[in-house]
Amino acid sequence: MNVNAVLTMYRHEMSRFFRTLAQSLISPVLSTSLYFVVFGAAIGRSIDNVDGITYAAFIVPGLIMLSVMTQAVSNASFGIYFPKFIGTIYEHLSAPVSFFEIVVGYVGAAATKSLFIGTIILGTAFFFVDLQITYPLAMVAFLVLTCISFSLMGFIIGIWADNFEQLQLVPLLVITPLVFLGGSFYSISMLPPVWQTVSLFNPVVYLVSGFRWSFFGAADVPIGLSLLAITVFTGICIGVIWWIFKTGYRIRS
Amino acid sequence: MPIVSVQNAKKTYGSGFEALKGVNLDIETGEILALLGPNGAGKTTLISTICGITQPTSGKITVDGHDVVADYRAARRVIGLVPQELHLEPFSPVRATVSFSRGMFGLPKDPKLVERILRQLSLWDKRDAAVKELSGGMKRRVLIAKALAHEPRVLFLDEPTAGVDVELRRDMWRVVDDLKAQGVTIILTTHYIEEAEAIADRVAVINQGEILLVEDKTKLMAQMGKKKLRVELASPVTELPDSLGGYDLEISKDGTAITYSYDAKGEGTGITQLLMELASAGLVLQDLKTQQSSLEDIFVDLVSAQ
Repeated sequence: MNVNAVLTMYRHEMSRFFRTLAQSLISPVLSTSLYFVVFGAAIGRSIDNVDGITYAAFIVPGLIMLSVMTQAVSNASFGIYFPKFIGTIYEHLSAPVSFFEIVVGYVGAAATKSLFIGTIILGTAFFFVDLQITYPLAMVAFLVLTCISFSLMGFIIGIWADNFEQLQLVPLLVITPLVFLGGSFYSISMLPPVWQTVSLFNPVVYLVSGFRWSFFGAADVPIGLSLLAITVFTGICIGVIWWIFKTGYRIRS
Repeated sequence: MPIVSVQNAKKTYGSGFEALKGVNLDIETGEILALLGPNGAGKTTLISTICGITQPTSGKITVDGHDVVADYRAARRVIGLVPQELHLEPFSPVRATVSFSRGMFGLPKDPKLVERILRQLSLWDKRDAAVKELSGGMKRRVLIAKALAHEPRVLFLDEPTAGVDVELRRDMWRVVDDLKAQGVTIILTTHYIEEAEAIADRVAVINQGEILLVEDKTKLMAQMGKKKLRVELASPVTELPDSLGGYDLEISKDGTAITYSYDAKGEGTGITQLLMELASAGLVLQDLKTQQSSLEDIFVDLVSAQ
């Protein structure tokens, strides 16, 4: 294992994050604060408690997940797409590093950035709502697993994308709708039965539900199912990356 | 043992294009090999295949005895690559991007070495400047600095002087000389023949994915170089006397000179006989000049003969 190379890639990616710290943090914190103000304080007042939890508190796990998932995907996809775009990928291909090490470096950095943002948003939430975390360890585990799995997915998108339009296509057309319809702002039990069934095909439902369970001890789907879902999702991403590694898909001709 | 050994390397891209058709090439330690070829000949593919950017379809390539596929880590540790295009992160400071390259080879930070490399390439004053602020020539030097950051024993320079001015080109040749003096083996692709002529020890000519020849540069020029004898006449002529029909002669446009092409290494050059024939034809000679074929002439002959 070329540990120095992994650390080099990791630090390089993190330095880009810290170089643009203000925009990296201000944007997600500001948009999440707006969600708290609009959905929590304004609209939330006219919404009944959900499963015995105030609406403002109810949306916190969903909002964190929303930011973490989109940030993980965008950071990881951009992280590996950028060297492809400007041609510096030749350095990765001609250095004594394995594809696995490249994945660890880039996915590790993207996961760290999204974890950082998730933590900041959680901190921000305490300013707006009265919040308790019932299972802190489970909360951290869910958060970390989501950061890693969505960074893996972002990495796949970054490898697949041939241009900036494609880079934004999947997050915009697939991930954002899945996250918004994944129960970030509502409990799926609030939906008509047909849509409840449809929602169960959305993998994000399981992640948001599991994460929410770690806060309030209540969930849309059983916690075991949530754990299984995130494990399967991570497994699929690793499988796709393994295939990319074997075939050199869009990286090494 | 050659430091780089390419045995029957073939590369066929997904589109079916056969970029390398069984290349065999041995590169000796410490030499400068110029890989010459027209655009699309397979120069960059060959370099990319040795360096790990593309995988060979078949054949065996070793660097310092290590297979570039099976034992890629050991093979790549020895290699430095300067790509043809200016592939650099525009926002990275010069020193940081050179250190990044060193780190990618698994080596710990070495600020003194990085400083030495930057000074050698006259980049020290620009160490904290972002790459995007540099001129094209300086960016190319940054690429070289990056390639040298892990102290490679074999350096591949893919068209290092493409699009740079004459002064910088000579500057680059000086850097190459310095590296050779340090024992670095250098493989240089170029289509500037004078570059190969100026700095290479050996020349390999590649065209349509095949190596046409590999030869010591001076030997090559001596072996294959034709010479030309230019005979300047006291008074112009419009046509050659019939007695000179057996010679390979050309009259200049204004008729004041005749050029005779001959093989300097041949058994008889025919010069004595030609001069006698010229004299008996009544032509008065004013001056004589001989000229050796350049590497470019040899190259053009080889490629067009294929």
